[in-house]
This record gives sequence, C-alpha cells and structure tokens, in this order.
Amino acid sequence: MSAATPKGVLLTPIFKNNPIALQILGICSALAVTSSMSVSLVMALAVIAVTAFSNLFVSLIRKNIPSSIRIIVQMTIIASLVIVVDQVLKAFAYEMSKQLSVFVGLIITNCIVMGRAEGFAMQNGPVMSFLDGIGNGLGYGMILMVVGFFRELLGSGSVFGFTVLAPVQDGGWYVPNGLMLLPPSAFFVIGLMIWVIRSFHPEQVEENQFVMKENTQPKEAV
Amino acid sequence: MFEHYLSLFIAAVFVENMALAFFLGMCTFLAVSKKVSSAIGLGIAVIVVLTITVPVNNLILTYLLEEGALTWTGLEGAENIDLSFLGLLSYIGVIAALVQILEMFLDKYVPALYNALGVFLPLITVNCAILGGTLFMVERNYEFGESVIYGFGAGFGWALAIAALAGIREKLKYSDVPAGLQGLGVTFITVGLMSLGFMSFSGVQL
Repeated sequence: MSAATPKGVLLTPIFKNNPIALQILGICSALAVTSSMSVSLVMALAVIAVTAFSNLFVSLIRKNIPSSIRIIVQMTIIASLVIVVDQVLKAFAYEMSKQLSVFVGLIITNCIVMGRAEGFAMQNGPVMSFLDGIGNGLGYGMILMVVGFFRELLGSGSVFGFTVLAPVQDGGWYVPNGLMLLPPSAFFVIGLMIWVIRSFHPEQVEENQFVMKENTQPKEAV
Repeated sequence: MFEHYLSLFIAAVFVENMALAFFLGMCTFLAVSKKVSSAIGLGIAVIVVLTITVPVNNLILTYLLEEGALTWTGLEGAENIDLSFLGLLSYIGVIAALVQILEMFLDKYVPALYNALGVFLPLITVNCAILGGTLFMVERNYEFGESVIYGFGAGFGWALAIAALAGIREKLKYSDVPAGLQGLGVTFITVGLMSLGFMSFSGVQL
C-alpha cells in the first residue's frame, strides 16, 4: 500500500476492489434506500462525504490517537460528521430526509466508513486518505446507483422519476414488476451483480470448500 | 394492554424483521452465518444487547435530549432546551459503553456465557441492527414499556433470521453452485428468497 498512486487509490475501490461486491462491507444500511434512483443518489453522496472527511480527519490526528481508544475516537468523528449530514439534509431537502428516515443515521455503523478509517487512514497521509475515502464512497455509490437503476426501471418503468417504459396504468405497454420495489429484489440484483463482476475478475471467485469427487457424478445416466 | 405488547412483539419479530425487511446488520449477518452454532451465539448476543440498549436510549431521549426533557433539573429556561440533534452521538456512545460494560460484567460473573459470546460482543457495537433498533424506537415515539418489548422482539427476529440462514448455508455447501456465484453471490440470493418468505407476514394485521 506504500507505493499507492493517487489515481490508483481513487479508482481501485470502484471496480477491482469494490467494498460491497468483494469485501462485503456496508451493505447494512444501503439496500432499503435503492428502490428509486434519486434517493440512492442522495444516500451515495452522503456516504461519499462522510467517508472522505472521516478519513481526512482521522488521518490528520492519527499520530495523536492512543491506540487503545482509537475506535471510540473514530466513532466520535464519524458520528459528528453524520450529524452534520443529517442536519444539512433536514434543512435543505426535508422530503428526502423523511424518505431516508433512519438510514442517514445508520451511516455511522456503515462498515465501509469504519473500515477505511481503521484500515487506511490510520497509516496514510491526509491527502491520500481523503482520496481513498472518495474512491470507496464512489465504489459504494456505484453499486447503489446500479441497483437503484434496475429496481426503478423494472419496478416503476422510470429513471430518476422520468418515465422510460410507459406503464400499463397510464395507457402504455409496460407491466411494472412490483417485486422489484420490494426489499427482496435488492438481494437478487446484488447477487447477480456479484456474479457479473466475478465473471470479469475470475481471481475474486471464492474457492469451493467442498468439491465433489469426480466419480460421484452419475455419468452413466447422462 | 397485554394484546398491544404482544402484537408489537410479533410485528417486530416477523413483519418488521430487522435483517430481512430492513437489511440491518447485514455485514455480520452474511459474515457469521457459515455455522449454526456461531450464528446462534451471535443471535443471543444481539438479543441481549438490543433488549438493554433500546430502553436505555429511550430513557436518555426522554430525560435528557428531547425538547423540554431537561425540565426536571429545575434550571432556568431548561424547558426550552432541545438537544435532540445530539441524538446520534449519544446513542452510539451508549451502545459502545454498554457493550463494553456487558463484556466486563459477563467476564467477571458469568464466565461460561462470556466464553460462548466473547468473540461476538465487540462486533456488536458496529452492528447496524443495534443502532437501527434505537433509531426506529425514536422515530416511532415508543414509550418505555414498548421500547423494552420492541428491543427484545427485534433482537429475537434477527437471531431467528441468522440461525435460519446458517442452517441453509450449511446444507448449501454440498450443492454445485456456478463459480461466479460461489460463496457471497449465492448467499445473497438465498437471503433474497428468505426475505420473500418473510414478506408473506406483511399482510398480517395485529
């Protein structure tokens, strides 16, 4: 990690080392907000801001944090940032903050934020940490936007609220798939996305713990 | 009164299941569900912590943070103080402190339970289900009694979901999954199907 370039730090988390698809981090608060794209966008921006600035501040004071209480210090920094984001949303986008309800607050426990503060910002300088925060936030935001795109397009036939596929109830031809607006569809979309990403990056495929022995296959039957 | 609490409990366990309807605590939900025994251990830890933190945070909200909550201090102008913007910081502080205290208490007085839960307790501070429980309690204006029931019910529902998922994953080890879906991918699809199953409770009116 010592030879990291600014560009690499910014771009690797988006595709090669995506925090959601590869490290299973930060799925917690994310999925319930992806039923429409505009909400996902706001959530993504909020997480990018919090990750970037928490990385920056943790990195700035990293030499002064006693290691025994570092988790609490990081937690306090993150919580304060989330409060700022929450208040800004309530002031300027009240409707949006109602829709996001508790999920803005849950950014505190989003493992990406903690994970990057602990894993990257504690060892690296402020500028690099800031970029790393933005990169990981973008990687998270990208998954959120893609999931949001499919769920909104198939679930209500629109993108960002603009109708793309004219739904039947307005005289169009598209029968909206109501399942896509329900929570379970997010799991399916992410599962399939992981499949796609891993098809392009075969080195990310997890090894099967239990491989079947060759001769147990009923070859004669085929 | 009893029916009210009972319906709140059932709703928290099934209809509004923390893990499968609100996606809370997903990181640990996916990471620690490979074995049934460890899943049950973590589940019990979550039940214990939720049952304690939600009511405690409820007390903090009612007596310290809400608008006019500080009136009992008798200070001048106290009834105009609204500290609710400090909510997030206080809740997470309370959760972190309580988990730490619980860990030390169990270590001293109930070593058997401590050994069983030991590894999982620190993980719980950053489990979104815990903070989520508190935030839902705040959003829905539960009173103290309701918050006790809600905390226990939400924890119980989460534990039920993780134990069920671990059971499925133990069986899934022996299936022939496509390479790209191996591990994480197929787990997501499984959770999706389980979540669909839990959706069938959503029409239940209590």
